[in-house]
This record gives sequence, structure tokens and C-alpha cells, in this order.
Amino acid sequence: MTIKEQEKAIVEEFSIFDDWMDKYAYLIELGKELPVIDEKYKTNQYLITGCQSRVWLFAELDNEGKVVFTADSDAVITKGIVSLLVKVLSVHTPKEILDADLEFLDQIGLKEHLSPTRANGLVSMIKQMQFYARAFQLKSNVKKIKRDE
Amino acid sequence: MLLDIEQIRKDFPILKQTVNGKPLVYLDNAATTQKPVQVINRMVAYYENENSNVHRGVHQMSQLATDAYESARKYIANYIHASDPKEVIFTRGATESINLIANIFETFVNEGDEIVITSMEHHSNLVPWQQLCVRTGAGLIVIPVNEEGELDTDQFKNALNEKTRLVALAHISNVLGTINPVKEITQLAHEMDVPVLIDGAQAIAHIPVDVSDIDCEFYTFSGHKAYAPMGIGVLYGKTEWLDKLPPYQFGGEMIESVHFDATTFNELPYKFEAGTPNVEGALGLEAAIRYIDKHGIENIRKYEDELLAFATSQLNLIEDLQIIGTAAQKTAVISFIVDGVHAYDIGTLLDKMGIAIRTGNHCAQPLVESFGLTGTIRMSLAMYNTKKEIELFMEALIKVLSMLR
Repeated sequence: MTIKEQEKAIVEEFSIFDDWMDKYAYLIELGKELPVIDEKYKTNQYLITGCQSRVWLFAELDNEGKVVFTADSDAVITKGIVSLLVKVLSVHTPKEILDADLEFLDQIGLKEHLSPTRANGLVSMIKQMQFYARAFQLKSNVKKIKRDE
Repeated sequence: MLLDIEQIRKDFPILKQTVNGKPLVYLDNAATTQKPVQVINRMVAYYENENSNVHRGVHQMSQLATDAYESARKYIANYIHASDPKEVIFTRGATESINLIANIFETFVNEGDEIVITSMEHHSNLVPWQQLCVRTGAGLIVIPVNEEGELDTDQFKNALNEKTRLVALAHISNVLGTINPVKEITQLAHEMDVPVLIDGAQAIAHIPVDVSDIDCEFYTFSGHKAYAPMGIGVLYGKTEWLDKLPPYQFGGEMIESVHFDATTFNELPYKFEAGTPNVEGALGLEAAIRYIDKHGIENIRKYEDELLAFATSQLNLIEDLQIIGTAAQKTAVISFIVDGVHAYDIGTLLDKMGIAIRTGNHCAQPLVESFGLTGTIRMSLAMYNTKKEIELFMEALIKVLSMLR
């Protein structure tokens, strides 16, 4: 599934709920599906700052050059939000991740979490995921240049 | 009941708002209070009838504005029992008041000296002193709180010595609600000839404030936590101290005469009010204090204490809920945690139910950490809150916990 397709699927899933409580209950459920970060990476180095709750995020490249994210949070709603992002962005190439506009967050009614006054750090999470993608992209470019030489 | 809560609620237009389709239950008053029409109208009236720059013009409008501004100062001075209106300096708020003193206090602080604060201070009454210590090489001495969230005056006795230059502490903790024995602590400091600054940000709307009785050298508060607008606050200082401290910002009203080689400064209170002041804010603050006084601070305190007791008893019924801050002398603030549930999750879901509370470290990170926590949920009360609102809050909390546990 492409990022766009995954986003669309999530928007459809969320459209079933018209009550905010059901929506959040679902978000909490989603948190349980999050590919959990290896305990050894649950350190300050992998902690995303700017969150009222703690969020750890780790990324690595798989054999096909796709970024695989794992994460965790001590707050269940935050965990649900990270889970959504991981669901959409994980196992995609750095370029795909950097090109994603993540409009679905708006469409499922989580836009309020994008405001800088919200302390859950959704913005920081996205930035950190893009940061990883950019770093991997840079690394592979360097490799390419070396090969061309 | 001593307060007509129904009428009071009508005075606050914002309380009619709904959030997510639910009536607003505003329990974040320690962050900022709402404003009554009396305050809003006063500010509108100023711009409609009196606006002009103060202390400058010979024209009638300037005279009107100046009279209004100075009578606000006089009223506030009188309310807090300052011995002279010139001891009331208008600032942007408690944070600016404290920074003002911490900046110019450098004159009196040398390497090896000590500043005494407590572990329950808001960052605004901690970082300015910490940075003063960094600049001067002085030591920051922190008096801890006990498990109940109270200070031990004996600890002050032990901490005070001939190196101490100042004691700075909160009148009321914004996290724990503890009312500190500021008069007693001031007395202890005075025995060592040490001046005292009290951060009254959480006190002014909730308990009587009498600076003459406390006898502190400095007292600070913000208007916006006491039904007044944002961007206005007070620094009270004893004349003797304000006179011997140097000015802190330059220009405007604080000038007496300027020559290219030298400037002489205006007298109190203008010496510390550089630039055009926040006149409408000062008038709004006067209106707010008048509003408090009209209802009687003792009545407000009694009513808020009843709400606090009710909320405390209700919260104590919830399993695995722990109230942080159980001081015998306490007011208007309840912080709590629920085992195994993150404060942020609770706050987010309560918001969805129209309930405004605050979660996190409440700008008092070292204090929250000293309790071994990363954050609490804080409910904070004002005179317009009701028992019914606390019931709504409890219903919502129980529902939220059932979702999260």
C-alpha cells in the first residue's frame, strides 16, 4: 500500500465513528498495534522532546532501502497517535516519507493536535520521522557518489 | 451562602461558552481566571472616554488618563495595605516583577553570597534567582517541602546566615495549593536582616493579602490570575528598598532630566515604570480588585474552601488516585495522579467533555520531579465555580478512567 492509500484507509476507518469517545477509544486500540521499540532504545537519545508525555522513536533501513519505525509512549493516546504515523510512514522509502503531506490527520479530526499549544508533540513526532528519512536519504546519496567515483 | 454565585456567573460572559458541544467547566483558574463584565467594561470605557498618554500632556484627556491610572495605583496600594501608593509599581505580571528585582539585585549580591528559595517555586520565582547566582557566583539554597507539600520553618532557620542576601518564596504553591507561613518566615529572615520577596501570583484572588502585616520587602502578583486582564501586574516594594535599588529599564516616565553626559531619574514609583505603561490594564486590575472586594475576599475564601473540601472528598473515593499536596493550610488547587494512567491522557479526554484542567509540570518541574513524578492533573478553582461543576468533573473523570484503565 502506498502512503496515500494507507491514509485513505485510516480516514475510512475513522469515518465510522461520529462520537469523539469512540474515536479516541479506537485511537487507544491502535496504540496497542504499534510496533514497539526495542527496550534498549528507550533512552534519552531516542526521546522526542516537546511532548508532555514521553515518546521514543527509532528508525532503521531494511534490505530494500525502506525506513522501518518502531516507537513507544507512556501515554496511551499519544501512543495511538504515534501508531497512526508509524502505520502510514513505516516501510516506505525516505523520499516517499519526505513527500507525504499527512492530510489524513486533518481529515480524521486530529488537527487540533497539530497546534503548537498541544503538548503531545505530534509536530515534533512528524519532524523526527522526517529527520530520520532525510538522514537515510543523505547516507544513500553519499554511498551513490562513492560508487560513481 | 455568602456569595450569590448565580449572579457572579452571569458577570462572566465566557462561562456561557460550550466546548465540544458541552457546557464549559473551567477549572484551570491557577493558569488564568476569566474576566467579569465589570473589568471588560472598564477597559472599553477607558478607550471610549479617557484614552491619552499619562503624565505627559497638559490637555484634559491626558489629565483624565493620568488621574485614572494613579487612582488605580492608590486603590491597589490600599487593598494590599501598602503604606504608600508609590510602593506599587505596575509591571507586566509577577514574572516581570520578580525578574525586575532579580536583575537589579545584582548590586547587593557577591560571589559566595546566598539566595534562599523553596523547592515549590514556580519557574518564574526560581530561574531569575538561579541566573542571578550564575551571574554573581552566589549559591542558590533550596528549602525542600515534606510529603504533604509543606515547608518546615526550622529549615529556614538553618538555611539563613550572614551570607544570605534574600529569601524568595511563593505565598501559595501553584501545584500543591499550600499556603505558606510567609509572615513567620519573613520574621525569621528579618532576624538575620535578610529581605524577603513573596510571589503572590496564586494568592491575590484567593486569600487576603496584607503586605504590612507580612512585613515583606517585596510582594508580586499578576492581574490575570485575579480576574484582571493579561499583561498587568504589580511589584510591591518597601520605599526604603525601592529607593536604594537602581533603575532597571530606561526611557519615558522614569526620566527626570536628560543631558548627553548624564541623566537623573524620576522618583518612585515612576523610576521603575519605563515607557508608556499599560494604562487600560491598570484600570482593569483596579476593577478586578474592586470586584473581589465587593464580594469580600473572606467570603470568597470560605466558599472556595468548601468547594476544595468537596472536590477532595470526591476524588478520594476513586481507587488508585493520589492527591499531591495535602497541606493543612491549603486553597483552591488540587493536583492528583492516578496509578497507571498518564496525566496527559486524562487531560485530553476531559477536554473532549468540556472540562478545562491542566496537566503536566505546571511550570514547577523541580517540584513535580521531587515527588517522583513527570506531571500531575491539576484542578484549580475560582469564585465562580460550583459544586455542580465539580460533580460534572467527577462524572467525566470516572468515564475517562473507564476508557483508560
